[in-house]
Amino acid sequence: MAFGAFQTAAPAGTQAPVAQVQRKSPVALWLLLPGILYLILFFVTPLFSLVITSFQAPVPGGFLGEFQNSFRWENYVEVVSTYFSHISRSFIYATLATIFALLLGYPIAYVIGVKLRKYPLLQALSLVLLIAPFFISFLLRTLAWKQIFSDEGFFVGVLKTFQLIPSDAYLTGTPFSVVFGLTYMFLPFMALPIYTTLEKLDLRYVEAGGDLYANPFTVFRTVTLPLSIPGVISGTLLTFIPATGDYINASRDFLGSTDTAMMGNVIEANFLVLQNFPAAAALSLILMMSILILVSAYVRRSGTDDLL
Amino acid sequence: MRGLGKYLLWVYTGMAMVFLLIPIVYTIVFSFNDARRTNIVWRGFTFDNWLDVCNAQDVCTAFGNSLLVAGVSTVLATAMGTAIAIALVRYRFRFRNSTTLLLFLPMATPEVVLGAGLAAQFLQLGVQKGLPTIIIAHTMFCISFVVVTVRARVAVLDPALEEAGRDLYGSPSQVFWRVTFPLLVPGITAAALLSFALSFDDFIITNFNAGPAMTFPRFVYTAAARGIPAEANVIASAVFFAAILLVLIAQVGGAIKRKRLALAG
Repeated sequence: MAFGAFQTAAPAGTQAPVAQVQRKSPVALWLLLPGILYLILFFVTPLFSLVITSFQAPVPGGFLGEFQNSFRWENYVEVVSTYFSHISRSFIYATLATIFALLLGYPIAYVIGVKLRKYPLLQALSLVLLIAPFFISFLLRTLAWKQIFSDEGFFVGVLKTFQLIPSDAYLTGTPFSVVFGLTYMFLPFMALPIYTTLEKLDLRYVEAGGDLYANPFTVFRTVTLPLSIPGVISGTLLTFIPATGDYINASRDFLGSTDTAMMGNVIEANFLVLQNFPAAAALSLILMMSILILVSAYVRRSGTDDLL
Repeated sequence: MRGLGKYLLWVYTGMAMVFLLIPIVYTIVFSFNDARRTNIVWRGFTFDNWLDVCNAQDVCTAFGNSLLVAGVSTVLATAMGTAIAIALVRYRFRFRNSTTLLLFLPMATPEVVLGAGLAAQFLQLGVQKGLPTIIIAHTMFCISFVVVTVRARVAVLDPALEEAGRDLYGSPSQVFWRVTFPLLVPGITAAALLSFALSFDDFIITNFNAGPAMTFPRFVYTAAARGIPAEANVIASAVFFAAILLVLIAQVGGAIKRKRLALAG
């Protein structure tokens, strides 16, 4: 059921469209108006609210959380210098998680989309297993890892028994467990778009490669992989973007500690706990802008501009 | 060597699938744990958590709120999103590129930015946060996903069918409700289910805009610091089984329908 969304970023050219006759009519306006107005009110203007908030200055002698409109651009300098480690951590963790999710997700997508074509029932079942994580609270799933990785837990016990880690080592609250959690959380978002492109792959191209005496690896590298690039692009975006802003995995109560806090954690803390709204707003805008710049550079490099 | 490579691919994929499923199994198993206060150590099997789910303070209220929020946001987002999807495929209009960009951006923006933005706006306007503000936020991020899902369906809809309706002197509204809409129902249903799932499981945007209101994910997040009651696992597991059942029914239903069509054709 959840597939439509995972084709989100997949280029439109992958579907076989029926010839569409587009008309000009006032009806279009009425169809568009409610949704577009809604998005302007609750998506666009909040971004402006963020911009205004990010330049606010504290009211002299005011209470905690009292700010007035101003043009205090120093807010940006302050958050970058204060939270530089959080900002870099966000991008490093998200990049690592995206790479790991791709390494795990591509083979899954390939097996379900190509190898299992001969067994439709098994294919359908594997697909249900792949989307199953969406149906159960992601917070509880993350907590499950926390308990599996806990100091008294099964996993650490086994590693210590085989002396793979020193007896005083721990896993929770480390960068390892945060990147692990992020990889886990976004793996289906990586695998599903790749699956949708591989499922449509015409196997005759692969056969042709074999007929031309290419070995399986060369066929994969020159035929299968290039044809699945649209899926890889949408998968990496659907993983990287939310992973950069995530603060569940890095949170102290889940898989992280104060040493692993990411941008999302400091935005949350500044907004909801410290009531330092301008800092939270400035950080949010920095996060959004860096992602937009990275994503547009990445998409341009990969040669697909048609994202929706 | 080639045989070994093939074998490795299957093993690797199998292990990746197991990796994906471990926390699900863990969550379900621990819904049957005879836990006292916190649900961390296994203390033996019991049905008690399932029999009196609402025993744990507030977990049922939070669950009810989540259902309400997801239901209302789904209806709103599906209605607005479907209309946009039809307009995008069927009509020519100015500002087409800016409309597509406006729909794409919410999906490319991290949730924490969407949440903080709305919260900043509510703060500036002095709006009290609660269930209505959560519904406003959820409807906002669901619209784009509805558009994408329904749009794929509209794009493969044969315009000749609607033309036939017009040739038979159907009025525009008759053609829409008798021809177009029924053909779009599968896409609209998929979009609604997706919205419901996204809204039901959302935590980050919710947390910024909830004020004192509790939803199920917020309940879990707050409880995480002091230990999750087993009842939370019960609710999550029940939702999981219901959703899987729904997917299986849809799959089997689809298969039967295709078979019937094949027989009739």
